[in-house]
Amino acid sequence: MKRVNAVVVGAGAAGGIVAKELATAGLSVALLERGRWYTANDCRKDDLRNQRTTVLGNAFGPEEEGNPRVWVSPRGEATTVLPSDGSYQNNAACVGGGTLSYGAMAWRFLPQDFRMRSTYGVPAGSSLEDWPISYDDLELFYDKAEYEIGVSGDYSGTPLHSPRKRPLPMPPLPPNREFTILEPAAKRLGLHPFHLPMLRNSVPYNGRGPCMRCRWCVGFACEVDAKNGSQNTVIPTALATGNCELRTRCMAKEILVDERGRARGVAYFDERGRLQEQAADIVVVSACAIESARLLLQSKSRLYSQGLGNRYDQVGRNLQGHHYTGAIGFFDHETYDDVGPGASIGVMDYNHGTAGLCGGGLLANEFIRLPIHMVDRMPPGTPRWGKAHKQAMRQYHRRSIVIMGPTQQIPTAEARVLLDPAVKDQWGMPVARIQGNVHPHTFAIGDVQARRAEAWLREAGAIQTARMTGHPDLVEAGQHQAGTCRMGDDPRSSVVNRECRLHDVDNVFVVDGSVHVTNGGFNPVLTIMAVAYYASDALLRAWKGAGLRS
Amino acid sequence: MQVKSEGRVVSITRRQFVGGCALAAGAAAAGCTSHNGNFSFLTPHEAVTLAALCDQIIPADDYPSASQAGVVRYIDLQLTRTYRRHQDAFRAGLAQAESCSVRRFGAAVVTTSPEQQLDTVRMLEQQNRRFFELLRKTTMEGYYGSPRHGGNRDAVSWRMLGLTEPPVRGRARYSFPEKR
Repeated sequence: MKRVNAVVVGAGAAGGIVAKELATAGLSVALLERGRWYTANDCRKDDLRNQRTTVLGNAFGPEEEGNPRVWVSPRGEATTVLPSDGSYQNNAACVGGGTLSYGAMAWRFLPQDFRMRSTYGVPAGSSLEDWPISYDDLELFYDKAEYEIGVSGDYSGTPLHSPRKRPLPMPPLPPNREFTILEPAAKRLGLHPFHLPMLRNSVPYNGRGPCMRCRWCVGFACEVDAKNGSQNTVIPTALATGNCELRTRCMAKEILVDERGRARGVAYFDERGRLQEQAADIVVVSACAIESARLLLQSKSRLYSQGLGNRYDQVGRNLQGHHYTGAIGFFDHETYDDVGPGASIGVMDYNHGTAGLCGGGLLANEFIRLPIHMVDRMPPGTPRWGKAHKQAMRQYHRRSIVIMGPTQQIPTAEARVLLDPAVKDQWGMPVARIQGNVHPHTFAIGDVQARRAEAWLREAGAIQTARMTGHPDLVEAGQHQAGTCRMGDDPRSSVVNRECRLHDVDNVFVVDGSVHVTNGGFNPVLTIMAVAYYASDALLRAWKGAGLRS
Repeated sequence: MQVKSEGRVVSITRRQFVGGCALAAGAAAAGCTSHNGNFSFLTPHEAVTLAALCDQIIPADDYPSASQAGVVRYIDLQLTRTYRRHQDAFRAGLAQAESCSVRRFGAAVVTTSPEQQLDTVRMLEQQNRRFFELLRKTTMEGYYGSPRHGGNRDAVSWRMLGLTEPPVRGRARYSFPEKR
């Protein structure tokens, strides 16, 4: 197999961007993706089988059979779980990764989100830390992501957004009914509501048409290709250079190292299960927080007996995602107009500044309301089954609004990804073993957020409300998974340096949510994209300086 | 896998193949009545017992009950597919409901009155929580889920909720060439 300059493992949000940046700069790139390349034609809009509602399975990989994980309860009981189980913490395994089927909220983190330790101090027992880079280091690259991938929205309703040099490239979609109900209520409460930023075309952009406003958005591929992910932006651009080869259904086995301890390529199983070796000058790991950590841990050799980049037992630690809480409000009039993408209005008044609490999060109205979702979202006191439940479904499906948001999790070193000693996947490799939880402080913030959501709904006229809170006994990483290969200046407490390069191995980079030190009170994808552009920029500068060529 | 289509070989994924079979099975289910005993996993007696229990979870009012909307068909189909792992739980749970009904009311579930059937479901809720939750969950899925899975006949629950069917606007307006 022909040697390439760079092999990128994972064709998701970050991997697609790195492949495009490197290929555009003239480097030869092999982009490995374990999943398939789906199109809108593969998206059957199945309410019970999609990437978000997995009652009968997930839609965009990995397949149920042959890809187990193990999660460990607080009592130490290990359970083998399937990709459609919540505790599997699945994102997606396909070209585009999570960006094919995501809801596509496009947030910049706030400046304080990069300085959580300095802003709040460290809650005892947590591993809260500052990023080694600042918001200012990423601003240019947030802008690049917004314009290259394509974001619509309008921040003009709030003065609280991150500093920015120009508006978003596309206007917001017109308000849906929930927006018109919630906006005046938020203003009466002294909040600053605004149109959510979305990686979605509101007008023709990048050669594709606008959103047709169906509400089957989060969890599904867009059938009119108006949702912007790596699969319909940077990856086609990378392939068009002629310098990038995308290989689907290829599962990375390990990063190979030479006798001097530098990476020499990647071993992987191809679509027919044959073991292949791709030699490369550079290896970029962009497999998402759980699988990126797993690949590093699997890459054991004489020089790296605990796995690559794991000299100080840091790989896989600080696993985090978001703690979602909120409330549902029930109304005596119709609130539902079935106009997508559903989520339309948000506030960031509660991301920071709550006395005694570290951080907070965005609050916004909910994306999708499938009938099956409503079954367990009835007014307090409603029977769970029988005639009264059926009548409540009828009464409230079109007369309710959900407000919720991603509370920033306070990480711990004990929430982590390990290799399971017993369970193997279809290729015979040890699977990810997920254990531990975020710091309980997280739940205190989440509970406050739920009360705030409830107050907003009441102000909007809800006749009854119910808080949606839970204190799960496993870290909620899921589609927002992050943190497992922390970025930092000290090799003893982080995995990669401020340029996303392993402290230990100068030609291996981790570029995805894994490097997030903290994960903000926002959906993380635009930050993953910005970090990918930022890391690619640093990588290319190092490449031009010839420091990376072997 | 590869199949012949209009003289040329096209690749289809296993999921597409299985999905196609499910649609075919769903179409077959819609075309036959639920009384002919044509089930994949359930015995005819289990099916009528299950129908009586489901109809307490979602009874008939102005709109059909669970079994009238095809929920038994949904559960039966899924028990041979995604819910294969729940086969034993259903078999044992239905047997427990039956023996409890015989003990308390001297008759099989299906021949007891609706009030007695409600009692039987309440007993399950108390004494076999795992099966009850499974019964409730799958009944709700079959009733409120898409008709493509074998339940929600004629999208009756979606019409009850005031939703259009099919709920995906645009799907009919956009067609895609067959993927090669």
